[in-house]
Amino acid sequence: MSVVKATKEEKKKKETGEEEEEISEDLDLKVKKYLRGGAANFDDLKDKKLKGQLSHREFLYGASAKAAAKYEKWLMPSEGGYLEADGPVEKTWRIKQEDIRREVDISSSRNQHDVILPEFSPYTLDFTSNGQYMAAAGRKGHLAIVDMKNMIPRREIQVGETVRDVVFLQDQSFFAAAQKKYTYIYGQEGIEAHCLKDQGAVLKLQFLKNHFLLASINKFGQLHYEDVSMGAMVGNIRTGLGRTDVMQVNPYNAVVALGHSGGTVTMWKPTSSAPLVKMLCHHGPVSALAFHPNGHLMATAGKEKKIKLWDLRKFEVLQTLPGHAKTLDFSQRGLLACGIGSFVQVLSDFSGTQNYSRYMNHSMVKGYKISNLLFRPYEDVLGIGHSMGWSSILIPGSGEPNFDSWVANPFETRKQRGEKEVHLLLDKLPPETIMLDPTKIGTVKTARKKEKLTKKEVEAEMEATVEAVKDSINMKKKTKGRSKPSKKLKKRQEIIAKAKRPFLEQQMQDGQLSIKKQKVSEEVELPKSLQRFARKKAAT
Amino acid sequence: MKVKTISRSTDEFTRERSNDLQRVFRNYDPNLRPQEKAVEYVRALNAAKLEKIFGRPFVGAMEHNEAISCMAKNPNHLKGIFAGSEDGDIRLWDITSRRTVRKFPGHRGAVRGLTATTDGSRLVSCGADCIIRRWTVPVEDSSEDSVKPEDFHISKNAYWGVDHQWKGDQFATVGAQVDIWNHTSNAPVRSFQWGTDTVISVRFNPGHPDLLATSASDRSITLYDIKMTVPIKKLIMQTKTNSIAWNPMEPMNFTAANEDGNCYSYDLRKLNEATMVHTDHAAAVMDIDYSPTGREFVTGSYDRTVRIFRYNGGHSREIYHTSRMQRVFCVKFSCDASYVISGSDDYNLRLWKAMASEQLGVLLPREKKRHEYDEALKNRYKHLPEVKRILRHRHLPLPIYKAAALRRTMTESARKKEEKRKAHSAPGSISTKPLRKRRIVKEVE
Repeated sequence: MSVVKATKEEKKKKETGEEEEEISEDLDLKVKKYLRGGAANFDDLKDKKLKGQLSHREFLYGASAKAAAKYEKWLMPSEGGYLEADGPVEKTWRIKQEDIRREVDISSSRNQHDVILPEFSPYTLDFTSNGQYMAAAGRKGHLAIVDMKNMIPRREIQVGETVRDVVFLQDQSFFAAAQKKYTYIYGQEGIEAHCLKDQGAVLKLQFLKNHFLLASINKFGQLHYEDVSMGAMVGNIRTGLGRTDVMQVNPYNAVVALGHSGGTVTMWKPTSSAPLVKMLCHHGPVSALAFHPNGHLMATAGKEKKIKLWDLRKFEVLQTLPGHAKTLDFSQRGLLACGIGSFVQVLSDFSGTQNYSRYMNHSMVKGYKISNLLFRPYEDVLGIGHSMGWSSILIPGSGEPNFDSWVANPFETRKQRGEKEVHLLLDKLPPETIMLDPTKIGTVKTARKKEKLTKKEVEAEMEATVEAVKDSINMKKKTKGRSKPSKKLKKRQEIIAKAKRPFLEQQMQDGQLSIKKQKVSEEVELPKSLQRFARKKAAT
Repeated sequence: MKVKTISRSTDEFTRERSNDLQRVFRNYDPNLRPQEKAVEYVRALNAAKLEKIFGRPFVGAMEHNEAISCMAKNPNHLKGIFAGSEDGDIRLWDITSRRTVRKFPGHRGAVRGLTATTDGSRLVSCGADCIIRRWTVPVEDSSEDSVKPEDFHISKNAYWGVDHQWKGDQFATVGAQVDIWNHTSNAPVRSFQWGTDTVISVRFNPGHPDLLATSASDRSITLYDIKMTVPIKKLIMQTKTNSIAWNPMEPMNFTAANEDGNCYSYDLRKLNEATMVHTDHAAAVMDIDYSPTGREFVTGSYDRTVRIFRYNGGHSREIYHTSRMQRVFCVKFSCDASYVISGSDDYNLRLWKAMASEQLGVLLPREKKRHEYDEALKNRYKHLPEVKRILRHRHLPLPIYKAAALRRTMTESARKKEEKRKAHSAPGSISTKPLRKRRIVKEVE
């Protein structure tokens, strides 16, 4: 009896031991996400004090990453949505919205609806960052802000001219509409606050939240950055690649990507007039572009009926899918929605392997042409703007279930919204911080090898220093005949020669060597009989 | 099929009553925070700017009738400080209200040294009128304004300094020689003398109650043990040491304030080399005192400035100056490490904050957290040029600025000359002594 009991206890211990191992493995995976890169290597450090301080810091990093991983595992309030098919026969992409509606609770089924407004034609949508307000712009001039909690339109205005795009500024209190000739900024009561004339006829608008920059692309292919907190233009770049209306912002590094009719995708930052990256993506024009929230994955759709998934670290194609897409969007959890005609296809990478396959389909009424697809943040909802109004359908598993109150709070009160705006302004990033790799800020700059300047550049530098020295010469007035003009001139020439000396020395070091080499080679090349004709010094 | 969508019920995520706190939910996922390093950098920049905006170190001044020559702090009472001036006026000041609590009249010449016993019950003062006086420090409530001395001793030579043991009831006075006294005796218990020059300052070791260090006008620093009959060690430098302070947290280290504007930290076990040379003052350093944390010390100098150094830092962390403050003759760090008191030539005792931008008073937990966050941010980004420029910036009075620039050019040219000499002579024939050894002449047992 006692022997049996003992073995049972051992088994229990083993089980708990295994469970503990599993838990720790699970935690390790999660910890990796929070570590933000690998640990530093201290083997080359000889300074013991510094080594001790840095290894203590590394220990603290590890401890905070572990705490965050444990919090994620045990204390997060909600778990994400999912859609699973029963058995091998049923496929998730055959499941219709009506079937989902039947299985899901009432508050979620409210999120499935169609709003039909045929007079104002194709609608463009935008959501605030917490998913609580939606801006809808009809091409024929209808602007509406809808409160998504109660599905009530807060404000509706008819501007009477073409509206091509609408975008919320930092929160629901301001939005910008790209109208026929200029861009207008409206307050939340629908009152026109600003008219931005510099930008011209804008085709697409995007807002960079952390930088308070409104990026716009106009009919002539000019990319314009406007700082909306100060009302100043930050950059106006002539792309030189023609008219395009495919523009997206990479949320990871705030870089604006444009898709052009030649099949190229270019990436821009406001402080440089040349693109950061220019990649040839498709054989035909690029019709749509979307970025994954982690910043490493980009989906592009071309008119040659291909959808390509790119790895942005290596700039390589990860996957090519057959399909047509007039509009693309990534959800917070990495689901990709493609829309063409009246058909929406949602692709998902199961278990985060970055291998996308069909997840869900939705076909709308035949006459509805989809113009704009947008996932709603923190909800399992996809908003569709089409030619007869807008709809929203349920896509389980697309939204991030756990929000952070200090990043975006769907249950914001008025006071919290005001405080958040102040904090956003205090933390407003300068436009110089936009770069392809945002983790480089604060790291050590690798010393570039000094490139050899061309002759012209060297001469220009020399002249510049000489000019500077000439300006700064202050001749002291000397008495008793010591300040004669000839002496002054001599002194002046001395100072200028002194300024020129380092350049001349450098030239001599490079120059003489090359002259010597030339001489040697010349003498060697000629055969002996012809040596008499070699260039001789005029010594004789 | 199994379906589940995100559905949040409002009551789970909002507060129940209006007097509840708002609910906060966290998700530490880095994907939710794009460009987090840039945001941190901007916050660090803002924190550095705020530090400069709130950097108002001067708290108040307390005035005497003559230049202040010495100060003593009472380790048992945070609020009070004793200060003695050149006309023999000794006062006990209440720092919080900056008013005189008690006066100790009696000295006829300059008061050269003040010290309080460890339990704070007695004060010992010595002066240029060759008299040592002992006073009982009165209890708070007693009504007398001025205190009569308990006892006094007259001698032949003027006294230059006095210090009391940290643990024990003996105190040492210095002048012509080093005398050790007891509270009960009428004559010194023991006397030490090494050489014929005046001994100008004395300090007892906080860790070892019988160990003391003195500095004399023959440019030496001497270590004594009062239980032994002969002194332990002597270190002769190139210039005179005006004052010595022991590190209360590391009692084997002491820092000497020297006449050449530098402070030299020594380990008493190894006196042939300074552990650290703290440079920054433009003229002689007159007084030095350590913070009770042992991590910082404050120095007052003849160049009208007060500087705060880190215990292992070669350059000062902070400099305090006012156009009204003339030559600083004594400085003390308050016992809670938040204030610095300087006594100077212009008859004033000045109270400064040790951390210039510190928020004093009781902090709410959120304020505390925010201050800690700002400190961590500044630490992480302090090497970046914009942040560094703001953190480093101090307004210096013109003579100090010029003196620093002059010293820089002098050391730079001396270094270049040395380099060229070495480059043009046989390798190994010229060897430079490190700065830590250069100023020491010799060590004597």
